Amino acid sequence: MAHAPVIEIEHLSKSFGAGEARVTALADVDVTISTGEVVGLIGPSGSGKSTLLNCIGCITEPDAGAIRLAGREIYANGYTTADLRRLRLELIGFIFQSHNLLPFMPAWENVALVCSMLGLSMPEARDRAMELLDYLDVSRRAKAYPSELSGGEAQRVAIARALANRPKIILADEPTAALDSERAAIVMDLLRRVSREQDTAIVVVSHDEKVFSRFDRMLHLRDGRLEGVKSA
Amino acid sequence: MNLAWRDIRHSPGRFLLTCLGLSLLLGVVMGMTAIYRGLVAEALGLLDVAQADIWVVEGGKRGPFAESSRIPRDTRDAILAHWGVAATGALVYQSVEIPHRGKILRVFVIGAEMGRPGGEFELADGRHILKSRYELLADPRTGLDLGEQVRIGRNDFTVVGLLKELSSSGGDPVVVMTLRDAQIVQSQFDPPAVHRDAARQTSAVGATDLVNAVIVRLADASAAEDVIASIRRWKHLSAMSGPEQEAILTRSVVDRARKQIGMFTAILLVVTTVVIGLIIYTMTLDKKKAIATLKLIGAPDSVIVKLVLEQALALGGIGFILGATLIRLAKDYFPRRLVFETSDTVLLFGVVTAVALLASVIGIRTALKIDPASALSG
Ligand SMILES: Nc1ncnc2c1ncn2[C@@H]1O[C@H](COP(=O)(O)OP(=O)(O)OP(=O)(O)O)[C@@H](O)[C@H]1O
Ligand SMILES: [Mg+2]
Repeated sequence: MAHAPVIEIEHLSKSFGAGEARVTALADVDVTISTGEVVGLIGPSGSGKSTLLNCIGCITEPDAGAIRLAGREIYANGYTTADLRRLRLELIGFIFQSHNLLPFMPAWENVALVCSMLGLSMPEARDRAMELLDYLDVSRRAKAYPSELSGGEAQRVAIARALANRPKIILADEPTAALDSERAAIVMDLLRRVSREQDTAIVVVSHDEKVFSRFDRMLHLRDGRLEGVKSA
Repeated sequence: MNLAWRDIRHSPGRFLLTCLGLSLLLGVVMGMTAIYRGLVAEALGLLDVAQADIWVVEGGKRGPFAESSRIPRDTRDAILAHWGVAATGALVYQSVEIPHRGKILRVFVIGAEMGRPGGEFELADGRHILKSRYELLADPRTGLDLGEQVRIGRNDFTVVGLLKELSSSGGDPVVVMTLRDAQIVQSQFDPPAVHRDAARQTSAVGATDLVNAVIVRLADASAAEDVIASIRRWKHLSAMSGPEQEAILTRSVVDRARKQIGMFTAILLVVTTVVIGLIIYTMTLDKKKAIATLKLIGAPDSVIVKLVLEQALALGGIGFILGATLIRLAKDYFPRRLVFETSDTVLLFGVVTAVALLASVIGIRTALKIDPASALSG
C-alpha cells in the first residue's frame, strides 16, 4: 500500500503565558507522518508531547508554523472553531488515557453516535458500530454501559469509537497508562493492526517503555524541541 | 440520536425528583389561577342570577356586596311606578354561621321575593319555595340534603330544593329563603348596634321593614339612564346599572385577589426558573467531561445546546403535565371552587416553556465554554 504523508508539520512553535511566566511548549518542530505508521511521541514530563498532539488535533492553535492534515492547511486558513470541529469529525479519531466514553450510553451507542453525527441513518450507524465492536472483539459487550466495562474492554470500545469516522489520523494521549502491561500490549497491537488494515496514521504519546517496541518510529521531545528521530 | 433522553434515562433519580418538585410548584400556580377564576365566577354568579338592569341601594353605598346597605322595602313599589320599569324585586343578603351536624356551617342567605326579579333560581333537584315561610333552597356544597331540617337563628327551615352551584363572592355556599324569613334572620344575626343604627337612619321613612337592595328590570333598556337619574334624586338611595355593579364587584372583590394571586404566581414562576436553572446547571456540570469529549470528537455546538435545552424543556414540560394532573385530582378537596380555563392552561404552558428556555441559558453558556482539551487530561 502506498503510504501518503497525512500530517505535515513545519516550524511549529507554541508558548504559553507571557513575560516571566512564559513557557515554550514547542519550538520549531518539523515532522511528517504518513498513513500506515504508528509513531510514538515520547519525552519527559512537560516536554510538549500533549501540546504537539493538541496542535495536530486542531485543539490548540500554534503561535507559528504550519500544519497540513491530509493536504489541508489548518489554522492559517481562517477556519473557525466550528470548521475545525467538523475537520476533527471527518479526519481524526481520538483515544484518551481514560476511555472517555459517554457514561449514559451503552458501548454500541457511543460508537454509533459518531456515525450518526456524520449523517448515517440510525440502522446504518448501528450496523457500523456493531461491525467495529466485532473488529475489536468486544461485540458481546455492545449493550453494556461504560461503567460495566473492564478497563481493557472500555479502551477497545474507545478505539472502536475513534475508528467510527474512518479517520486518516488517530491521536492517542497515553492510551495505555491506565492498563496493566498485558492489556497495554493488546491495545498497542490493536493499534498496529488498525494502522495497517485501515491505512491510518497513528500518533501515540506514551511514557511506557514496555510499549516502545510497538512503534514504527519514535519522536523524542525535550523542552519543546524534537531530538534525533529514532527508528524502533 | 437523542442524548438528552439517554442521559435522563441513565440516571433518572434527580431528574424525576426535580420534576415532582416542579409539578408541585406549577400545581400551586395552576391552583391559584383556578381559585382566581373560581372567585370571578362566584362573585359574578350572584349578579348572574339577579339579572338586574339597575341596582338600587342605600345612598352613598356602592351596592349590596361591596358595602352594607339598608333601604326600606317599599322603595321597590315607588320605583315600579317609574316609566320604563317592567318589574322590581327586593333582596336581602346576609352571611350567617349555623350549627350543622356538629360543625359550624357558613352560608350566604339570599332572601328574595319569589316571582319577582331576583327570585328566580335554577334548581338541580327538588322544587321551588311555595310556602311563604320556613322553606329553603340550598347549594349542594352546604352539605344539606333535600327534606333536611336546619335551624337558622331561632327558626327551623326545611330544604325543599337544591340549587345549581351558587356561592357568594366570599365563596360561601348560598341558601335561598323568602324575603320575610331573611329579614327575620338578618335581624337575629346583625350586631344590635348596626341594627339600631340602621333603624335610626331610616326612621325618616318610618320603617323597620328593611332590605339590602332593590333590583330593577326595564321594559326598555334605553330607559336606564333616565330611571337611574330619577332614583338618585331620592337622597337616601343610590342607583347603578348592572354593568356598573359588575365593575364595582370585580374591582372590590376580584382585583385585590388578582393582585395577590398575580404576585404569588410571579414569585412561584421566579422560583421555578431558579429551580430549573440550578438543576440544569448542575446536570451540565456533571456532564462536563462528556461534553468536552463530544466537542473533541467533533460534535457541533448544536448537539451540545440541544442536550442541555431538551433537558430543561423536559423538566418544564413534565413538571407542567404532572402539576396539571395533580391539581385536577386535588380539585374536589379544595375548600374553594376551582375553575380551570383552557386559555389559562395554554398561557401557563407558554410561560413555563419560556421559563425553561431562560433557565437553560446558564447551563448552555457553561456547556459552550467547556474546553475540549479538558477531555484529554485525566
Ligand atoms: N494550557 C496551558 N497553559 C499554560 N501552560 C501550558 C498549557 N498547556 C501546557 N502548558 C505548559 O507547556 C509545557 C508542555 O506541556 P505538555 O502538556 O505538552 O507536556 P507533556 O509532555 O504532555 O507532559 P506530561 O508528560 O506530563 O503529560 C509544560 O511546561 C506545561 O506546563
Ligand atoms: Mg501530556
